[in-house]
Amino acid sequence: MNKSVLFGTLAFAGLAAAGASAATLDDVKARGTLNCGVTTGVPGFAEPDSDGVWQGFDVAVCRAVAAAVLGDSDAVTFVPTTGKTRFTSLASGEIDMLARNTTWTFSRDTDLKFDFTGVNYYDGQGFMVPTDLGVASATELDGATVCIQTGTTTELNLADYFRINGMSYEPVPIETGAEAVQQFLAGACDVYTTDRSALAAQRAGFENPDNYMLLPEVVSKEPLGPLVRHGDSEWFDIVKWTLYALIAAEEYGVTQANVEELASAPGDNPEVNRLLGTEGELGAMMGVSNSWAKDAIAAVGNFGEIFDTTIGESTAIGLARGLNAQYTDGGLMYAPPFR
Amino acid sequence: MTTMTDPPKAEGFRIGQLINDTRYRSYTFQFIAIVALIFAFSWLAYNASQNEQLQANGFSYEFMSAPAGYDINQQPISYDSQDTHLRATVIGAINTLIVAFLACVTATVFGVIAGVLRLSNNWIISKLMAVYVEIFRNIPVLIWIIIIFTVAANTFPPMSEFRLPRDGSDPTRTLLFGMFAATNQGVYVPRLTLGDTGWIVIATFLASIAGVFGMRSFARKKLYDEGKVVPVLWPSIAILIVPAVLMQFILGSPLGVENPEMGRFSFDGGILLRPSLIALWFALSIYTGAFIAENVRAGILAISRGQSEAAAALGLRPGRIMSLVVLPQALRVIIPPLISQYLNITKNTSLAIAVGYMDLTATLGGITLNQTGRALECILLLMLFYLTFSLIISAVMNVYNNSVALKER
Repeated sequence: MNKSVLFGTLAFAGLAAAGASAATLDDVKARGTLNCGVTTGVPGFAEPDSDGVWQGFDVAVCRAVAAAVLGDSDAVTFVPTTGKTRFTSLASGEIDMLARNTTWTFSRDTDLKFDFTGVNYYDGQGFMVPTDLGVASATELDGATVCIQTGTTTELNLADYFRINGMSYEPVPIETGAEAVQQFLAGACDVYTTDRSALAAQRAGFENPDNYMLLPEVVSKEPLGPLVRHGDSEWFDIVKWTLYALIAAEEYGVTQANVEELASAPGDNPEVNRLLGTEGELGAMMGVSNSWAKDAIAAVGNFGEIFDTTIGESTAIGLARGLNAQYTDGGLMYAPPFR
Repeated sequence: MTTMTDPPKAEGFRIGQLINDTRYRSYTFQFIAIVALIFAFSWLAYNASQNEQLQANGFSYEFMSAPAGYDINQQPISYDSQDTHLRATVIGAINTLIVAFLACVTATVFGVIAGVLRLSNNWIISKLMAVYVEIFRNIPVLIWIIIIFTVAANTFPPMSEFRLPRDGSDPTRTLLFGMFAATNQGVYVPRLTLGDTGWIVIATFLASIAGVFGMRSFARKKLYDEGKVVPVLWPSIAILIVPAVLMQFILGSPLGVENPEMGRFSFDGGILLRPSLIALWFALSIYTGAFIAENVRAGILAISRGQSEAAAALGLRPGRIMSLVVLPQALRVIIPPLISQYLNITKNTSLAIAVGYMDLTATLGGITLNQTGRALECILLLMLFYLTFSLIISAVMNVYNNSVALKER
């Protein structure tokens, strides 16, 4: 009899484990917090501030999703992940979503069984060198020593780029971005390569930023975006449309300052009305409250505001909008209709 | 009285005997233990099989034959990014063995020296060794690896000081003796190049080594049989060097030395010892050396003082007492814990990832795992590799242990 109890417990535990990952939304609601995977610290993108509160461009996506689902942008547990641990954390269910400068690639989407919910930053891989190295182009780097963050797509792009151009190099694989920068500043490698946004972010933190320069070559497409586990379409939709809500908000001029006012009564623009829940039941269609988009925008601002306050030209990072401008301004940011 | 002489009644087997009867009790507990173990493992297996990721991807090692796509800096065998994951794995395994071997050798040297010197009558030396042992043994090896790596990156001169300045002036630093350069991108040493007939010189040298051993056993035989002392040291050196040098001249210098030379960014030619290898090698050596020192000290202290006093009474000098009387006996105590230290070194090489040394954990358990997402397969294979390495090392060391163990006749 004892044995049958044991079997029963085992079987139940197994079922519970199998069922746990199927409905992320229910898990998040039951838990009351969103577990969001971020970097171990990239200035502007995700870094704890002096009070220990996580701030940044990727962090804002986590906060927006938490606000949309739970109505509270502080109900987020930030889980710092390295380039190597991020996918295991997501696949194992330790985190509900990953917003960590992660490049959307075919094999990650299909073979690794993840779903990218969109792109929040269009990036490309670049090279940073000390100005006194006397190099003006990446094609002159034959024989150079290159620091790379291991476990990233940059590692593969680098190998491809040097192979295709018939050049040799000495890779110095480093586990985290901070260590790589340390080695680069000490001169233990001539070149540091990663996404150009991260290069710009880290260069901004150097003691003498003018002694270093970014080479003009962009050797890869790096669409960075949040991702979730494959197979939970409901949760996928929520993360995806929260991101689109932020982008659409910028397009329609909904800002952190005026969102409360616009959401109080239906206005002239039916798209804004549907977005903010004054018309239709968009929130209910996804299984969240009807004020989901309003909560998200009220918490973190629209996409443009997030960009400007975390990594934009007015910040130390100083990144231009470029490809990340709205499509109406010649960029690639384009949200499908809210209807 | 009668109860003692009565033959045991042929009563039936009772369930209670499984617990109360010492004849069956151990079987009962062993059975329970095995059942519990089987349950634990089958639960793990069941849990893994229920994993959605695994159900979707299946369990397969096919990815091992796909191109790896990443580059490896230290390549004991040729490799480029289009080679397979399997080849990258093998390179990682060889790199693991390289650093494990180097660290085992130097840790033993450090350990024996420190262990013997700690017993020295010289107060300063013995205290210095005590400080060495206590400091290095009590700080985690990962910290040592990172400390040495960081110190090396920041204290060795940067490569830029060796480069030819573009204005045509002389570089700040040049090669030491035209052969060596210590930079923070690694230490460059000359490489031996082998001409067409170079193998003859090598073979001559190997034959000379055999000759030296022959010569020593001849001298020993002479000493034991006839009591004559034949000089050993100088003839040994002569036998070791002269034939190989002669052969090198006769064949017109087939063995050459390739010195590192400054290229556009770094030195070309020569052998590059990367900072990651140096940091890992040195840290593992001094850390494990401290443990081995304690093993050696324990081994020496285990030999009763009477042994060295008797040897001294026979007129042996302290150095000979140590090498002829004490150490051979102490080895019996030293070897078994030494095996564990070698295993520790081999397993601790997996900390290589901290400094980017491309060992097995960094290739198979790191980049390959990360790029293919085959966590279960990679980790299982990784465990298999380390298990094999460790078992082989212990097997070899056990053979050696048996050869020095007390012979019971």
